[in-house]
Amino acid sequence: MTARRALRLVRRAILYAAATAFTVFAVMPFYWMILTAFKTNQDLYVGATDLSHVPWIFNQRPTLEHVKLLLAHTPYLTWVENTVFIGALVVLLTLIAAVPAGYSLARLTGRWGERLGIGIFLTYLIPPTLLFIPFARVIALLGLQNSVWALVLVYPTFTIPFCTWLMMGFFRSVPRDIEDQAMIDGYSRAAVIRKIVLPLAISGILTVVIFAFILVMQDFVYALTFISSVGKMTVSLGVPVALVRGDVFYWGSLMAACLITSIPIAVVYNLFIDRFIAGLTAGALKG
Amino acid sequence: MALRNEASAQVVPVAVFRHRTLADREDLLGRLMLAPAMAYVLLLVGAPLVLAVLLSFSAATAGSLSFSWVGLRNFATIVSDPQFHSALSNTVLFTVVSQALVVILATAGAFVLDAAFVGRRLVRFLILLPWAAPVSLAAMAWTWIFDSTFSVINWTLKVAGVLHGWFYWFGDPTLAKIAIIAVHVWRTFPFATVIVLAGRASIPRDISEAAVIDGAGFWRKLFQVELPLLLPIVTVAVLFGVVFTSTDLGIVYLLTRGGPYNSTHVLASLAFQRGILGADLGQGAAIALFLLPVLIVVAAAMLRLARRTEVGT
Repeated sequence: MTARRALRLVRRAILYAAATAFTVFAVMPFYWMILTAFKTNQDLYVGATDLSHVPWIFNQRPTLEHVKLLLAHTPYLTWVENTVFIGALVVLLTLIAAVPAGYSLARLTGRWGERLGIGIFLTYLIPPTLLFIPFARVIALLGLQNSVWALVLVYPTFTIPFCTWLMMGFFRSVPRDIEDQAMIDGYSRAAVIRKIVLPLAISGILTVVIFAFILVMQDFVYALTFISSVGKMTVSLGVPVALVRGDVFYWGSLMAACLITSIPIAVVYNLFIDRFIAGLTAGALKG
Repeated sequence: MALRNEASAQVVPVAVFRHRTLADREDLLGRLMLAPAMAYVLLLVGAPLVLAVLLSFSAATAGSLSFSWVGLRNFATIVSDPQFHSALSNTVLFTVVSQALVVILATAGAFVLDAAFVGRRLVRFLILLPWAAPVSLAAMAWTWIFDSTFSVINWTLKVAGVLHGWFYWFGDPTLAKIAIIAVHVWRTFPFATVIVLAGRASIPRDISEAAVIDGAGFWRKLFQVELPLLLPIVTVAVLFGVVFTSTDLGIVYLLTRGGPYNSTHVLASLAFQRGILGADLGQGAAIALFLLPVLIVVAAAMLRLARRTEVGT
């Protein structure tokens, strides 16, 4: 009896130790962002060779100087505006293409639709690093170099396949009987979609909106390739590339920017991750 | 159900007499609804992919729109280029090592998150942070963590008495590679963990319980029952991980820019340097094209898995 209790205690201890270890590994850079963003410069720029100065804590009172500098004297807010502008347009384009396509693949196209669905999903695996070179040519041909419109045009190449697949999964999880019943009741297919399917798929559509926007925020490669003026950059390009003074990084403001941008995304991502996984796995189940 | 049928019985004749419109032609409607997405994918993924292949056989530059066929010259140039060799082997090294570590971490992480403990939801949120944050911003945090003068890692190792000299993380090829792999692991393990976790949830618990009843001990149950059942879903996680890691540009570009002495270039960063910064689109395309075999293998593996298992991607 006591031996079994001891074993259980050990198991609990290992579980909590493992959970702590994983959390520390995952969170450490974010903790470091917080420290850096709010430390005074005297507290921040002490060489790591000074072993008596502990860098893991605030040795002086935290300061808002870096955040103020970021918001008032850097183009950060312009980058946020650009990102929101591009993101909104990309989300719109994605919805227009992915929602009907998802429904079509889930209900209207039968067996070849299933194969096509997998094909569309596989295009999501074609990475920006394979496409940025031909796109450089295409963008030059269209005269869109150094324009946010280049990104509006290119980002749907990964949001549409991904979101079509997600929507297909969500539509398949709507019971077919409801739609059949409505058609027996005299609705046309189009009316069924408008009046019954879309209201039921609202949460799926919301998930797609969120993930399309997050995918846009996470891109670095295309923005780096197409945008060269500081005023036209997105957050994830501007912060790492243009938030420097001459050759010197000002780390306090830089980490403040990383923190302010990452945390809201992470919170929203976390709220939707279960639906996202459900959509991914449902898409693979045979309808 | 019966009640609804009765109530709607009078509506049915209306449908019978109504003129058939586009809205009833299901096959046509299906194609029409699919058309915008298909058009986008064909025009802006398919065509550029073909263009990527064509460019690799040309002397195209970013500056002009001329297009001259040079056959295999770009490939001949890069194949005899030692920098390309190191980029190719770095791509393989970073991908294989980081994904091997991710498999172990993600499987263990899924076991931890599947257990019931206080603060589980919070732990899951925190573990997901590296995956949710934009990659370029996370890379900047790591650049600062590995800073040559202010590295908090060096400070901690010094205080722990492990480090006697000094680590110039991005000044030494080996250290720089370790740093890049560490960031890749840090970034992809949360995603793999969540996928494996979802896969675990779909495996019926009674299989494990039956194994216990049949007298299997903890290790036997783990290695002969639970891990084999998890294999397909772990494979899916790894396939995604391989694609994300082998094609990544942001982490290498922001951490080391391929340095020191061009020792940490990967195919993606070398393609960017030659194709975009050096304006030699042809050569850049040829370098990037070496990623294609990896993607084809991954895609084929995914298709096989999707056919074999219910939980596919």
